[in-house]
Amino acid sequence: MSEDAQSQGALSRTPLHGLHAAAGARMAPFGGWDMPIHYGSILEEHHATRQAAGLFDLSHMGEFLVAGPGAFDLVSLLITNDPAPLDPGQGLYSPMCRDDGTIVDDIIVYHLPGPPRARYLLVVNAGNIAKDWAWAHTVRHEAGLDDKVWLEDQSDLTALIALQGPRAEEILIPITAEPVESLGSFEYAETTVDRIPVNIARTGYTGEDGFEIFVAPEQAITLWTLLLDRGKDAGLRPVGLGARDTLRLEARLALYGNDIDDTTTPLEAGLARWVKLDKPRFRGRDALRRQKEAGLTRKLAGLVMEDRSVPRAHYAVANPEGVEIGRITSGGFSPTLGKGIALAYLPPAQTAVGTPLRVMIRDQPHPATVVKTPFYRRSIVTKESGS
Amino acid sequence: MNPDQLHFAASHEWVSDGNPATVGISHFAQDQLGDVVFVELPKVGTALAAGDPFGSVESVKTVSDVYAPITGRVAAVNEALVSTPELVNSSPYDEGWLIKIESTGDLAAELGALQDRATYESTAAH
Repeated sequence: MSEDAQSQGALSRTPLHGLHAAAGARMAPFGGWDMPIHYGSILEEHHATRQAAGLFDLSHMGEFLVAGPGAFDLVSLLITNDPAPLDPGQGLYSPMCRDDGTIVDDIIVYHLPGPPRARYLLVVNAGNIAKDWAWAHTVRHEAGLDDKVWLEDQSDLTALIALQGPRAEEILIPITAEPVESLGSFEYAETTVDRIPVNIARTGYTGEDGFEIFVAPEQAITLWTLLLDRGKDAGLRPVGLGARDTLRLEARLALYGNDIDDTTTPLEAGLARWVKLDKPRFRGRDALRRQKEAGLTRKLAGLVMEDRSVPRAHYAVANPEGVEIGRITSGGFSPTLGKGIALAYLPPAQTAVGTPLRVMIRDQPHPATVVKTPFYRRSIVTKESGS
Repeated sequence: MNPDQLHFAASHEWVSDGNPATVGISHFAQDQLGDVVFVELPKVGTALAAGDPFGSVESVKTVSDVYAPITGRVAAVNEALVSTPELVNSSPYDEGWLIKIESTGDLAAELGALQDRATYESTAAH
Protein backbone atom coordinates (compact mmCIF):
# COMPACT_ATOMS: atom_id res chain seq x y z
CA MET A 1 0.00 0.00 0.00
CA SER A 2 1.04 3.57 -0.47
CA GLU A 3 1.49 4.06 3.27
CA ASP A 4 4.17 1.39 3.32
CA ALA A 5 6.04 2.90 0.41
CA GLN A 6 5.92 6.34 1.92
CA SER A 7 6.81 5.23 5.41
CA GLN A 8 10.19 4.13 4.14
CA GLY A 9 11.09 7.75 3.52
CA ALA A 10 11.07 10.50 6.10
CA LEU A 11 7.64 10.95 7.66
CA SER A 12 5.99 14.34 7.50
CA ARG A 13 4.96 16.06 10.72
CA THR A 14 1.96 18.27 11.34
CA PRO A 15 2.37 21.62 13.14
CA LEU A 16 0.90 19.90 16.23
CA HIS A 17 3.39 17.00 16.25
CA GLY A 18 5.33 18.36 19.23
CA LEU A 19 2.14 18.75 21.28
CA HIS A 20 1.12 15.16 20.59
CA ALA A 21 4.51 13.87 21.65
CA ALA A 22 4.43 15.99 24.81
CA ALA A 23 0.96 14.64 25.61
CA GLY A 24 2.34 11.10 25.52
CA ALA A 25 0.64 10.09 22.27
CA ARG A 26 1.52 6.78 20.66
CA MET A 27 2.66 7.83 17.18
CA ALA A 28 2.64 5.75 13.98
CA PRO A 29 2.96 6.28 10.22
CA PHE A 30 -0.26 7.06 8.35
CA GLY A 31 -0.33 8.18 4.71
CA GLY A 32 3.29 9.30 4.92
CA TRP A 33 2.76 11.22 8.18
CA ASP A 34 3.80 10.54 11.75
CA MET A 35 0.39 10.75 13.41
CA PRO A 36 -1.03 10.21 16.92
CA ILE A 37 -2.80 6.83 17.16
CA HIS A 38 -4.00 7.39 20.71
CA TYR A 39 -3.18 9.38 23.83
CA GLY A 40 -3.59 6.46 26.23
CA SER A 41 -6.80 4.65 25.38
CA ILE A 42 -8.63 4.30 22.07
CA LEU A 43 -11.74 3.17 23.96
CA GLU A 44 -11.83 6.23 26.20
CA GLU A 45 -11.24 8.57 23.28
CA HIS A 46 -14.00 6.87 21.31
CA HIS A 47 -16.52 7.15 24.14
CA ALA A 48 -15.52 10.76 24.85
CA THR A 49 -16.32 11.68 21.24
CA ARG A 50 -19.69 9.89 21.34
CA GLN A 51 -20.67 11.30 24.74
CA ALA A 52 -18.93 14.70 24.95
CA ALA A 53 -16.36 15.90 22.43
CA GLY A 54 -13.04 14.97 20.84
CA LEU A 55 -10.32 17.06 19.22
CA PHE A 56 -8.53 15.61 16.17
CA ASP A 57 -5.42 16.75 14.33
CA LEU A 58 -6.21 16.31 10.62
CA SER A 59 -3.44 18.54 9.33
CA HIS A 60 -2.17 15.68 7.18
CA MET A 61 -5.22 16.06 4.91
CA GLY A 62 -4.68 17.82 1.58
CA GLU A 63 -6.37 21.00 0.39
CA PHE A 64 -6.56 22.16 -3.25
CA LEU A 65 -7.87 25.55 -4.31
CA VAL A 66 -9.74 25.54 -7.63
CA ALA A 67 -10.34 29.08 -8.92
CA GLY A 68 -11.12 30.94 -12.12
CA PRO A 69 -13.85 31.13 -14.76
CA GLY A 70 -13.67 27.37 -15.42
CA ALA A 71 -13.58 26.35 -11.74
CA PHE A 72 -17.16 25.08 -11.63
CA ASP A 73 -16.75 23.13 -14.88
CA LEU A 74 -13.60 21.40 -13.64
CA VAL A 75 -15.12 20.53 -10.25
CA SER A 76 -18.22 19.18 -11.96
CA LEU A 77 -16.10 16.99 -14.25
CA LEU A 78 -13.97 15.72 -11.36
CA ILE A 79 -16.68 14.59 -8.95
CA THR A 80 -19.60 12.19 -9.22
CA ASN A 81 -21.81 14.38 -7.02
CA ASP A 82 -23.32 17.59 -8.43
CA PRO A 83 -21.83 20.94 -7.34
CA ALA A 84 -24.50 22.93 -9.23
CA PRO A 85 -26.85 23.40 -6.25
CA LEU A 86 -24.06 24.70 -4.00
CA ASP A 87 -24.24 28.32 -2.95
CA PRO A 88 -21.11 30.10 -1.73
CA GLY A 89 -20.41 28.74 1.75
CA GLN A 90 -21.84 25.28 1.09
CA GLY A 91 -20.08 21.98 0.58
CA LEU A 92 -20.67 18.34 -0.24
CA TYR A 93 -19.07 14.91 -0.08
CA SER A 94 -18.21 13.12 -3.30
CA PRO A 95 -16.27 10.26 -4.83
CA MET A 96 -13.89 11.27 -7.63
CA CYS A 97 -13.63 8.62 -10.35
CA ARG A 98 -11.62 7.63 -13.38
CA ASP A 99 -13.29 6.89 -16.70
CA ASP A 100 -13.64 3.22 -15.76
CA GLY A 101 -15.61 4.21 -12.65
CA THR A 102 -12.95 3.27 -10.11
CA ILE A 103 -12.30 5.70 -7.30
CA VAL A 104 -9.35 8.10 -7.37
CA ASP A 105 -10.33 9.49 -3.97
CA ASP A 106 -13.30 10.54 -1.89
CA ILE A 107 -13.26 14.22 -1.10
CA ILE A 108 -15.18 17.15 0.33
CA VAL A 109 -15.81 20.10 -1.97
CA TYR A 110 -16.61 23.53 -0.57
CA HIS A 111 -17.90 26.37 -2.70
CA LEU A 112 -15.88 29.09 -1.00
CA PRO A 113 -17.59 32.28 0.13
CA GLY A 114 -17.46 35.06 -2.46
CA PRO A 115 -18.70 35.39 -6.04
CA PRO A 116 -20.79 32.48 -7.36
CA ARG A 117 -18.73 29.59 -8.81
CA ALA A 118 -15.45 31.49 -8.53
CA ARG A 119 -13.52 29.42 -5.96
CA TYR A 120 -13.77 25.87 -4.63
CA LEU A 121 -11.76 24.07 -1.99
CA LEU A 122 -11.17 20.33 -2.36
CA VAL A 123 -10.23 18.47 0.83
CA VAL A 124 -8.48 15.23 -0.14
CA ASN A 125 -7.00 12.24 1.69
CA ALA A 126 -3.40 12.61 2.85
CA GLY A 127 -2.17 9.48 1.10
CA ASN A 128 -3.73 10.61 -2.20
CA ILE A 129 -2.45 14.18 -2.47
CA ALA A 130 0.06 13.52 -5.27
CA LYS A 131 -2.31 11.23 -7.19
CA ASP A 132 -5.26 13.64 -6.92
CA TRP A 133 -3.10 16.60 -7.89
CA ALA A 134 -1.96 14.79 -11.05
CA TRP A 135 -5.50 13.66 -11.86
CA ALA A 136 -6.93 17.18 -11.47
CA HIS A 137 -4.33 18.45 -13.94
CA THR A 138 -5.08 15.65 -16.41
CA VAL A 139 -8.80 16.38 -16.29
CA ARG A 140 -8.22 20.12 -16.56
CA HIS A 141 -6.00 19.66 -19.61
CA GLU A 142 -8.25 17.16 -21.39
CA ALA A 143 -11.22 19.48 -20.88
CA GLY A 144 -9.33 22.41 -22.45
CA LEU A 145 -9.52 24.32 -19.18
CA ASP A 146 -5.79 24.95 -18.66
CA ASP A 147 -6.16 28.70 -19.13
CA LYS A 148 -9.50 28.94 -17.32
CA VAL A 149 -8.76 27.24 -14.01
CA TRP A 150 -6.09 27.96 -11.44
CA LEU A 151 -5.11 24.98 -9.26
CA GLU A 152 -3.18 25.58 -6.07
CA ASP A 153 -2.04 22.94 -3.60
CA GLN A 154 -2.59 24.63 -0.23
CA SER A 155 -1.90 21.50 1.84
CA ASP A 156 1.28 22.91 3.37
CA LEU A 157 -0.43 26.23 4.08
CA THR A 158 -3.30 24.64 5.97
CA ALA A 159 -3.62 22.96 9.34
CA LEU A 160 -6.92 21.22 10.05
CA ILE A 161 -8.41 20.54 13.48
CA ALA A 162 -11.69 18.68 13.93
CA LEU A 163 -13.93 19.26 16.95
CA GLN A 164 -16.47 16.43 17.05
CA GLY A 165 -19.18 15.28 19.39
CA PRO A 166 -22.51 16.25 20.92
CA ARG A 167 -20.91 19.05 22.94
CA ALA A 168 -18.79 20.46 20.08
CA GLU A 169 -21.19 23.29 19.33
CA GLU A 170 -21.46 24.55 22.90
CA ILE A 171 -17.65 24.59 23.15
CA LEU A 172 -17.26 26.60 19.97
CA ILE A 173 -20.09 29.12 20.33
CA PRO A 174 -18.56 31.36 23.05
CA ILE A 175 -15.18 31.69 21.33
CA THR A 176 -16.23 32.12 17.69
CA ALA A 177 -17.01 35.52 16.17
CA GLU A 178 -19.73 34.25 13.82
CA PRO A 179 -22.68 32.29 15.26
CA VAL A 180 -21.60 28.73 14.52
CA GLU A 181 -24.98 27.48 15.74
CA SER A 182 -26.48 28.80 12.50
CA LEU A 183 -23.98 26.83 10.41
CA GLY A 184 -25.82 23.94 8.77
CA SER A 185 -24.38 20.58 7.82
CA PHE A 186 -21.61 20.95 5.20
CA GLU A 187 -21.74 24.75 5.48
CA TYR A 188 -18.50 26.71 5.59
CA ALA A 189 -17.75 30.13 7.07
CA GLU A 190 -14.74 32.42 7.35
CA THR A 191 -14.54 33.71 10.92
CA THR A 192 -12.25 33.98 13.92
CA VAL A 193 -11.81 31.94 17.09
CA ASP A 194 -10.48 34.19 19.84
CA ARG A 195 -9.13 36.53 17.13
CA ILE A 196 -7.39 33.69 15.21
CA PRO A 197 -8.55 33.71 11.57
CA VAL A 198 -10.14 30.35 10.74
CA ASN A 199 -12.50 28.73 8.28
CA ILE A 200 -15.05 26.50 9.95
CA ALA A 201 -17.08 23.78 8.26
CA ARG A 202 -19.81 21.73 9.88
CA THR A 203 -18.44 18.38 8.73
CA GLY A 204 -16.78 15.36 10.23
CA TYR A 205 -15.88 11.71 10.01
CA THR A 206 -17.20 10.35 13.29
CA GLY A 207 -20.98 10.05 12.96
CA GLU A 208 -21.39 12.90 15.44
CA ASP A 209 -22.21 16.55 15.00
CA GLY A 210 -19.06 18.59 14.74
CA PHE A 211 -16.78 21.00 12.99
CA GLU A 212 -13.61 20.99 10.95
CA ILE A 213 -11.52 24.08 11.47
CA PHE A 214 -8.96 25.24 8.89
CA VAL A 215 -6.19 27.41 10.31
CA ALA A 216 -2.76 28.69 9.28
CA PRO A 217 -0.01 26.28 10.46
CA GLU A 218 1.64 28.94 12.62
CA GLN A 219 -1.63 29.42 14.55
CA ALA A 220 -2.42 25.73 14.93
CA ILE A 221 -0.79 25.23 18.33
CA THR A 222 -2.53 28.30 19.78
CA LEU A 223 -5.90 27.17 18.46
CA TRP A 224 -5.47 23.52 19.60
CA THR A 225 -4.43 24.62 23.09
CA LEU A 226 -7.28 27.13 23.35
CA LEU A 227 -9.92 24.60 22.23
CA LEU A 228 -8.68 21.95 24.68
CA ASP A 229 -8.72 24.46 27.51
CA ARG A 230 -12.16 25.87 26.71
CA GLY A 231 -13.63 22.42 26.16
CA LYS A 232 -12.15 20.80 29.25
CA ASP A 233 -15.22 21.24 31.45
CA ALA A 234 -17.43 19.78 28.70
CA GLY A 235 -15.26 16.65 28.60
CA LEU A 236 -13.24 17.49 25.48
CA ARG A 237 -10.09 15.43 24.99
CA PRO A 238 -7.60 14.86 22.18
CA VAL A 239 -8.41 11.85 20.03
CA GLY A 240 -6.01 9.92 17.82
CA LEU A 241 -6.45 8.08 14.56
CA GLY A 242 -7.26 4.82 16.37
CA ALA A 243 -10.58 6.12 17.68
CA ARG A 244 -11.12 8.07 14.47
CA ASP A 245 -11.13 4.69 12.73
CA THR A 246 -13.55 3.01 15.17
CA LEU A 247 -15.82 6.08 15.09
CA ARG A 248 -15.95 6.27 11.31
CA LEU A 249 -16.44 2.51 10.96
CA GLU A 250 -19.44 2.54 13.31
CA ALA A 251 -20.88 5.36 11.19
CA ARG A 252 -20.06 3.35 8.02
CA LEU A 253 -17.96 6.11 6.55
CA ALA A 254 -15.67 4.63 3.90
CA LEU A 255 -11.91 4.73 4.42
CA TYR A 256 -9.91 5.22 1.25
CA GLY A 257 -7.32 2.47 0.92
CA ASN A 258 -9.54 0.01 2.83
CA ASP A 259 -13.17 0.12 1.71
CA ILE A 260 -12.70 2.06 -1.48
CA ASP A 261 -9.67 2.28 -3.74
CA ASP A 262 -8.38 2.19 -7.30
CA THR A 263 -10.23 -1.10 -7.95
CA THR A 264 -13.69 -0.35 -6.55
CA THR A 265 -16.54 1.85 -7.76
CA PRO A 266 -18.83 4.08 -5.70
CA LEU A 267 -21.85 1.96 -6.69
CA GLU A 268 -20.20 -1.17 -5.29
CA ALA A 269 -19.25 0.77 -2.16
CA GLY A 270 -22.84 1.85 -1.47
CA LEU A 271 -22.10 5.48 -2.31
CA ALA A 272 -24.75 5.80 -5.04
CA ARG A 273 -26.37 8.63 -3.11
CA TRP A 274 -23.31 10.73 -4.00
CA VAL A 275 -23.25 9.70 -7.68
CA LYS A 276 -25.51 11.82 -9.90
CA LEU A 277 -25.77 9.66 -13.01
CA ASP A 278 -28.13 12.18 -14.61
CA LYS A 279 -25.52 14.95 -14.41
CA PRO A 280 -24.58 15.91 -18.00
CA ARG A 281 -20.90 15.09 -17.83
CA PHE A 282 -18.34 13.79 -15.34
CA ARG A 283 -15.36 11.45 -15.45
CA GLY A 284 -16.53 7.88 -14.93
CA ARG A 285 -20.18 8.55 -15.71
CA ASP A 286 -20.53 6.20 -18.68
CA ALA A 287 -18.83 3.30 -16.91
CA LEU A 288 -20.96 3.82 -13.80
CA ARG A 289 -24.15 3.97 -15.90
CA ARG A 290 -23.17 0.72 -17.58
CA GLN A 291 -22.41 -0.88 -14.24
CA LYS A 292 -25.78 0.17 -12.89
CA GLU A 293 -27.59 -1.23 -15.93
CA ALA A 294 -25.64 -4.48 -15.89
CA GLY A 295 -26.13 -4.92 -12.15
CA LEU A 296 -23.49 -5.14 -9.45
CA THR A 297 -21.43 -8.27 -8.92
CA ARG A 298 -20.42 -7.23 -5.41
CA LYS A 299 -21.61 -4.82 -2.74
CA LEU A 300 -20.04 -3.49 0.42
CA ALA A 301 -22.07 -4.92 3.30
CA GLY A 302 -21.96 -4.57 7.07
CA LEU A 303 -21.38 -7.57 9.35
CA VAL A 304 -21.71 -8.02 13.08
CA MET A 305 -19.96 -10.90 14.84
CA GLU A 306 -22.19 -13.25 16.82
CA ASP A 307 -19.40 -14.23 19.21
CA ARG A 308 -16.73 -12.19 20.96
CA SER A 309 -14.20 -12.39 18.14
CA VAL A 310 -12.92 -9.34 16.31
CA PRO A 311 -12.91 -9.24 12.51
CA ARG A 312 -10.01 -7.46 10.80
CA ALA A 313 -9.24 -6.20 7.31
CA HIS A 314 -8.33 -8.96 4.79
CA TYR A 315 -10.01 -11.79 6.74
CA ALA A 316 -12.04 -14.08 4.49
CA VAL A 317 -15.84 -14.15 4.67
CA ALA A 318 -17.52 -17.49 3.92
CA ASN A 319 -21.08 -18.70 3.57
CA PRO A 320 -22.38 -21.21 6.17
CA GLU A 321 -21.13 -24.05 3.93
CA GLY A 322 -17.60 -22.71 4.28
CA VAL A 323 -17.17 -21.34 0.74
CA GLU A 324 -15.27 -18.06 0.64
CA ILE A 325 -17.45 -15.29 -0.83
CA GLY A 326 -15.52 -12.13 0.01
CA ARG A 327 -12.95 -10.33 2.11
CA ILE A 328 -13.23 -7.83 4.92
CA THR A 329 -12.09 -4.33 3.98
CA SER A 330 -12.43 -2.72 7.43
CA GLY A 331 -13.12 -4.41 10.70
CA GLY A 332 -12.64 -4.01 14.38
CA PHE A 333 -14.18 -3.91 17.79
CA SER A 334 -17.08 -1.47 18.05
CA PRO A 335 -16.76 0.29 21.41
CA THR A 336 -20.37 1.49 21.20
CA LEU A 337 -21.92 -1.90 20.38
CA GLY A 338 -19.39 -3.93 22.36
CA LYS A 339 -18.83 -6.40 19.52
CA GLY A 340 -16.90 -6.96 16.35
CA ILE A 341 -18.12 -5.18 13.23
CA ALA A 342 -16.84 -5.20 9.67
CA LEU A 343 -17.41 -4.15 6.08
CA ALA A 344 -16.87 -6.64 3.27
CA TYR A 345 -17.49 -6.86 -0.47
CA LEU A 346 -19.95 -9.71 -1.00
CA PRO A 347 -22.11 -11.03 -3.85
CA PRO A 348 -25.33 -8.96 -3.73
CA ALA A 349 -27.41 -12.09 -3.07
CA GLN A 350 -25.53 -12.54 0.21
CA THR A 351 -26.08 -8.99 1.47
CA ALA A 352 -29.70 -9.15 2.68
CA VAL A 353 -30.03 -8.08 6.32
CA GLY A 354 -30.00 -11.19 8.49
CA THR A 355 -27.93 -13.36 6.13
CA PRO A 356 -25.81 -15.72 8.25
CA LEU A 357 -22.12 -15.76 7.32
CA ARG A 358 -18.79 -16.91 8.72
CA VAL A 359 -15.64 -14.89 9.20
CA MET A 360 -12.46 -16.95 9.01
CA ILE A 361 -10.20 -15.97 11.90
CA ARG A 362 -6.95 -17.92 12.10
CA ASP A 363 -8.55 -20.78 10.09
CA GLN A 364 -11.57 -20.98 12.40
CA PRO A 365 -15.07 -19.99 11.21
CA HIS A 366 -16.77 -17.46 13.49
CA PRO A 367 -20.50 -16.71 13.05
CA ALA A 368 -21.50 -13.30 11.73
CA THR A 369 -24.70 -11.72 10.40
CA VAL A 370 -25.33 -9.11 7.74
CA VAL A 371 -26.81 -6.00 9.37
CA LYS A 372 -28.21 -2.68 8.28
CA THR A 373 -25.65 0.09 8.28
CA PRO A 374 -24.60 2.45 9.70
CA PHE A 375 -23.79 0.31 12.72
CA TYR A 376 -24.31 3.41 14.85
CA ARG A 377 -26.51 6.43 14.25
CA ARG A 378 -26.64 9.27 16.72
CA SER A 379 -30.01 9.48 18.40
CA ILE A 380 -30.61 13.23 18.26
CA VAL A 381 -30.07 14.37 14.70
CA THR A 382 -29.77 18.12 14.80
CA LYS A 383 -28.36 18.70 11.33
CA GLU A 384 -28.92 15.93 8.81
CA SER A 385 -25.88 15.37 6.62
CA GLY A 386 -26.11 16.89 3.14
CA SER A 387 -26.05 14.94 -0.08
CA MET B 1 2.90 -11.30 41.50
CA ASN B 2 6.17 -9.54 41.81
CA PRO B 3 7.45 -9.13 38.26
CA ASP B 4 11.01 -9.28 39.58
CA GLN B 5 10.42 -12.96 40.37
CA LEU B 6 8.89 -13.90 36.99
CA HIS B 7 10.51 -15.37 33.87
CA PHE B 8 9.94 -13.60 30.56
CA ALA B 9 9.87 -14.86 26.96
CA ALA B 10 11.02 -12.66 24.08
CA SER B 11 7.46 -13.01 22.74
CA HIS B 12 6.31 -11.05 25.84
CA GLU B 13 4.74 -13.76 28.01
CA TRP B 14 5.73 -14.24 31.63
CA VAL B 15 5.63 -17.41 33.71
CA SER B 16 5.82 -17.78 37.46
CA ASP B 17 7.78 -20.24 39.57
CA GLY B 18 5.82 -23.19 40.98
CA ASN B 19 3.88 -26.01 39.40
CA PRO B 20 1.36 -25.38 38.03
CA ALA B 21 2.91 -22.12 36.86
CA THR B 22 0.90 -19.02 36.06
CA VAL B 23 1.28 -17.41 32.61
CA GLY B 24 0.42 -13.90 31.46
CA ILE B 25 1.69 -11.11 29.22
CA SER B 26 4.06 -8.36 30.26
CA HIS B 27 3.25 -4.79 31.13
CA PHE B 28 5.18 -3.75 28.02
CA ALA B 29 3.04 -6.06 25.85
CA GLN B 30 -0.29 -4.82 27.23
CA ASP B 31 0.87 -1.23 26.76
CA GLN B 32 1.80 -1.92 23.15
CA LEU B 33 -1.52 -3.66 22.45
CA GLY B 34 -3.66 -0.96 24.02
CA ASP B 35 -7.22 -1.57 25.22
CA VAL B 36 -7.78 -5.34 25.34
CA VAL B 37 -11.33 -6.30 24.29
CA PHE B 38 -11.20 -10.08 23.90
CA VAL B 39 -8.95 -12.90 25.07
CA GLU B 40 -9.14 -16.31 23.41
CA LEU B 41 -7.85 -19.08 25.69
CA PRO B 42 -7.45 -22.86 25.32
CA LYS B 43 -9.52 -25.52 27.08
CA VAL B 44 -8.31 -26.92 30.38
CA GLY B 45 -6.35 -30.08 29.66
CA THR B 46 -4.87 -28.90 26.36
CA ALA B 47 -1.30 -30.15 25.89
CA LEU B 48 1.21 -27.45 24.98
CA ALA B 49 4.87 -27.56 24.02
CA ALA B 50 7.05 -24.56 24.81
CA GLY B 51 6.64 -22.12 21.94
CA ASP B 52 3.17 -23.32 20.90
CA PRO B 53 0.53 -20.61 20.36
CA PHE B 54 -2.20 -21.17 22.97
CA GLY B 55 -4.54 -18.26 22.34
CA SER B 56 -4.80 -14.66 21.30
CA VAL B 57 -5.23 -11.25 22.84
CA GLU B 58 -7.38 -8.82 20.84
CA SER B 59 -7.10 -5.11 21.44
CA VAL B 60 -9.08 -2.39 19.71
CA LYS B 61 -6.35 -1.90 17.16
CA THR B 62 -4.69 -5.28 16.75
CA VAL B 63 -4.52 -8.96 17.62
CA SER B 64 -1.56 -10.85 18.99
CA ASP B 65 -1.03 -14.58 19.46
CA VAL B 66 0.32 -15.72 22.81
CA TYR B 67 2.82 -18.57 23.15
CA ALA B 68 3.40 -21.15 25.85
CA PRO B 69 6.65 -20.36 27.66
CA ILE B 70 6.90 -23.90 29.05
CA THR B 71 5.75 -27.42 28.11
CA GLY B 72 2.78 -28.87 29.94
CA ARG B 73 -0.98 -29.17 30.25
CA VAL B 74 -3.39 -26.31 30.75
CA ALA B 75 -4.46 -26.61 34.39
CA ALA B 76 -6.67 -23.50 34.56
CA VAL B 77 -7.76 -20.53 32.48
CA ASN B 78 -8.65 -17.10 33.80
CA GLU B 79 -12.44 -17.10 33.44
CA ALA B 80 -12.63 -13.49 34.63
CA LEU B 81 -11.20 -12.38 31.30
CA VAL B 82 -14.39 -13.47 29.51
CA SER B 83 -16.33 -10.59 31.00
CA THR B 84 -13.46 -8.25 31.91
CA PRO B 85 -10.65 -8.62 29.35
CA GLU B 86 -9.39 -5.18 30.38
CA LEU B 87 -7.80 -6.83 33.44
CA VAL B 88 -4.92 -7.66 31.09
CA ASN B 89 -4.29 -3.91 30.85
CA SER B 90 -4.96 -2.88 34.41
CA SER B 91 -3.28 -5.81 36.16
CA PRO B 92 -1.01 -7.75 33.78
CA TYR B 93 0.88 -9.51 36.61
CA ASP B 94 -2.05 -10.34 38.89
CA GLU B 95 -5.74 -10.35 37.98
CA GLY B 96 -4.94 -10.28 34.25
CA TRP B 97 -3.16 -13.67 34.19
CA LEU B 98 -4.11 -15.91 31.24
CA ILE B 99 -3.58 -19.59 32.06
CA LYS B 100 -1.86 -21.97 34.48
CA ILE B 101 0.33 -24.72 33.04
CA GLU B 102 1.17 -27.93 34.83
CA SER B 103 4.67 -28.70 33.64
CA THR B 104 5.32 -32.01 31.90
CA GLY B 105 8.71 -31.06 30.48
CA ASP B 106 12.14 -30.17 31.78
CA LEU B 107 10.90 -27.21 33.79
CA ALA B 108 14.28 -26.09 35.09
CA ALA B 109 15.82 -26.06 31.61
CA GLU B 110 12.84 -24.25 30.09
CA LEU B 111 12.81 -21.58 32.78
CA GLY B 112 16.55 -21.21 32.35
CA ALA B 113 16.05 -20.34 28.69
CA LEU B 114 13.80 -17.40 29.65
CA GLN B 115 14.86 -13.92 30.72
CA ASP B 116 14.66 -12.12 34.02
CA ARG B 117 12.70 -8.89 34.15
CA ALA B 118 15.66 -6.54 33.76
CA THR B 119 17.03 -8.40 30.73
CA TYR B 120 13.57 -8.65 29.15
CA GLU B 121 12.75 -5.00 29.66
CA SER B 122 16.09 -3.84 28.31
CA THR B 123 15.53 -5.77 25.08
CA ALA B 124 11.72 -5.63 24.72
CA ALA B 125 11.57 -2.19 23.21
CA HIS B 126 14.05 -3.05 20.45
